[in-house]
Amino acid sequence: MSTDEPTADDITADESTTRAASGDEPILSVEDVKVHYKPGGIVKRALTDKKVQAVDGVSFDLYENDIVILVGESGCGKTTLGKTAVGLETPTEGSIKYRGQDIWEAKNDPRSADIEFTDIRRAMQIIHQDPANALNSSRRVKAILSDPLKKYRTELGPKEREDTIYRFLEYVDMMPPEDYAERYPHQLSGGEKQRVALGRALLMNPDVILADEAISALDVSLRVGMMDLILDLQETFSTSYIFISHDLANARYLAKRAGGRIAIMYLGEIVEIGPPDEILGNPTHPYTKVLKWSTPTVDPDLAKQRIQEDPPVREVDVPDPEDPPSGCKFHTRCPDAREVCTQEHPDLYDTAGESDAACFRALDSHEYWNSTELAGPDDEYDAQESSSFGD
Amino acid sequence: MAIGQQNQTTEEQDDADEDVVMEVRDGKVQFGMSRGQAWVLNDVDMDIRREEILAIVGESGSGKSMFAAALMDAVEDPGHLSGDVTYYPREDEDDNSPSTDQIGSYDTVGDESVDVLGMSDAELQKFRWEEVSMVFQGAMNSFNPTMKIKGHFTETIQAHNAVLDERMSHVRDLFEALHLDPDRVMNSYPHELSGGMKQRALIALALVLEPEVLVMDEPTAALDLLMQRSIISMLRELRDEFELTIVFITHDLPLVAGLSDRIGVMYSFEFIEVGNTRSLLKDAAHPYTRALLRSVPSIDSDIDAMEPIEGARPDPVNIPTGCSFHPRCPIADDRCEIEDPDLVTVDDDHEAACFYTDQARNELEYKLDHGVTED
Repeated sequence: MSTDEPTADDITADESTTRAASGDEPILSVEDVKVHYKPGGIVKRALTDKKVQAVDGVSFDLYENDIVILVGESGCGKTTLGKTAVGLETPTEGSIKYRGQDIWEAKNDPRSADIEFTDIRRAMQIIHQDPANALNSSRRVKAILSDPLKKYRTELGPKEREDTIYRFLEYVDMMPPEDYAERYPHQLSGGEKQRVALGRALLMNPDVILADEAISALDVSLRVGMMDLILDLQETFSTSYIFISHDLANARYLAKRAGGRIAIMYLGEIVEIGPPDEILGNPTHPYTKVLKWSTPTVDPDLAKQRIQEDPPVREVDVPDPEDPPSGCKFHTRCPDAREVCTQEHPDLYDTAGESDAACFRALDSHEYWNSTELAGPDDEYDAQESSSFGD
Repeated sequence: MAIGQQNQTTEEQDDADEDVVMEVRDGKVQFGMSRGQAWVLNDVDMDIRREEILAIVGESGSGKSMFAAALMDAVEDPGHLSGDVTYYPREDEDDNSPSTDQIGSYDTVGDESVDVLGMSDAELQKFRWEEVSMVFQGAMNSFNPTMKIKGHFTETIQAHNAVLDERMSHVRDLFEALHLDPDRVMNSYPHELSGGMKQRALIALALVLEPEVLVMDEPTAALDLLMQRSIISMLRELRDEFELTIVFITHDLPLVAGLSDRIGVMYSFEFIEVGNTRSLLKDAAHPYTRALLRSVPSIDSDIDAMEPIEGARPDPVNIPTGCSFHPRCPIADDRCEIEDPDLVTVDDDHEAACFYTDQARNELEYKLDHGVTED
């Protein structure tokens, strides 16, 4: 089945031996990445120095067969981080290394690079949120899938190409493939479109797939099926995933099935990262607790009881990302915030459990514990929501 | 009133005991398509009880939004709505409710009831907002961007010839219940408000004329989790404080588990199971509801028991004969292919449209387990 693995040819012999020798080397390592944007139109941009810190100092490693699920509210920078991690967005600071090779150095200085930029790019594929917009509506499935093969697997003849397409359609459960290959995207259901998009990503036999809200547009009853398919194919192709989701329940499902990690993001930072049981069963960061509290449960008794509770925050709205709070960015909403949180910025610390959390409360001996408390949990939790305004 | 709500619903059959605010009988919506007639609402019967929160749950294309449109006779062309939609205004003993004064202007059919589908355009215009109002999906973007929030309120109030001062003081109460700062929000343009604030302001706008019924179609879909949760909590408070009836339409079953008093599950353009929330979620009787509960991951469900529903949703032009779920149903037999089951009572205040509810309950397992994440 050597034809299944185009990248195997691309990886030079000595690299594949080092890869085999050191199984614990990360495929992708994101080191202290920052992505800052200048907001507004041309005029506003020229007039201000304001920056939106979409991603602000994030580090994580992705290993073989690994899955990391980035979870957060809209505007927390999870999509920007995902795109930066697969090399679609240039980081303002920090580096992204693919098998030890800095991907932006590979692009800007190809001569001294060990791995070519095009190979790196090809090893990292994307599945977008809305499958309807990700497929060219005027072309048949077969034509959509043959493009990447024509470009990158020139050794294949027309017949072999067709066979490959059929095989991949079978992988993504589209039976009979001969029938589906002749269809246009509008003749497919939402779930089928998303499976074509998944098949297209897998055609390049990537090492990493970024799935940006890949199941959010599907019917609820199909989401589990799509996630199962992704996980099955992860075993078949040994691909690693960066999954982006706003839904903790889906994140939990994926992470538990795949043995992956959930990374909770808030205002451009990872505030807690760890295995799902730890993140949901024993959350350390107050923001993780907020997200967990906000995720509805289907058990009617529990849900009735929870709906009476006040949210575990002092303020519902997210602060303006153009002007994030000092110190710990969560201190304006955090029910446990103390004086020191307004000044000092917490790093990701090892917690007592298996997760890492960016909260001083994870440390037993920190001046936090002697610091004065900020105003206690505020009942009028909406009183200060004006801070979500710009100016 | 809210406490009585849960108990009030025990005698389903006893119509006299039940205070129904809206009633739909044989509600049908058909669209003429090039491929044939599409039925997007198929002989739907539903009683909406006064001051309840009724959740309508279904997947995309199950007809749930069409049901909402039918309640207000707002089905768009070329769709054609037939059947009966009846509205029962609050009885006169509630003197302080100004909405009852205006009922006299409608064509009343016998006793106080109002035939919604028989209304003239002018009556219908009055009926919407004043008796039944609606908040749409992503409706927070329906504010006029060049107009301050206050303008939207005055415009609405004046269009319905209501007393401005009286209504505006009501708006203050509403804003308070929705945790909004009236002065600031009123004097802001829509772009100056966050999505959650806009959505809440819109809920207040829908309630400005004190309607009896508020219909909400995925009102929290575009919002962040925390805002979603907060709005859900506020809706319960709103219902209690302003004696509202809320019809909440969503695809997200866990979202309404704590909110609703009753849930109606739609599949293939009709209700296949209707029941009080607790009974329906704890022991669903229809195979589809059971399959749905098994396929929706929630934060504390048992992931090994999760399974997708096999098969595809039915085509509105070509709805399967008999029970429309039979092609996907694991326990369907020949009878299900031919005969269409009606809703039958399975428990107190719990009906399901299936011949084999006992079998479904015994053979199709699902769990609402919550052992994993409890601290």
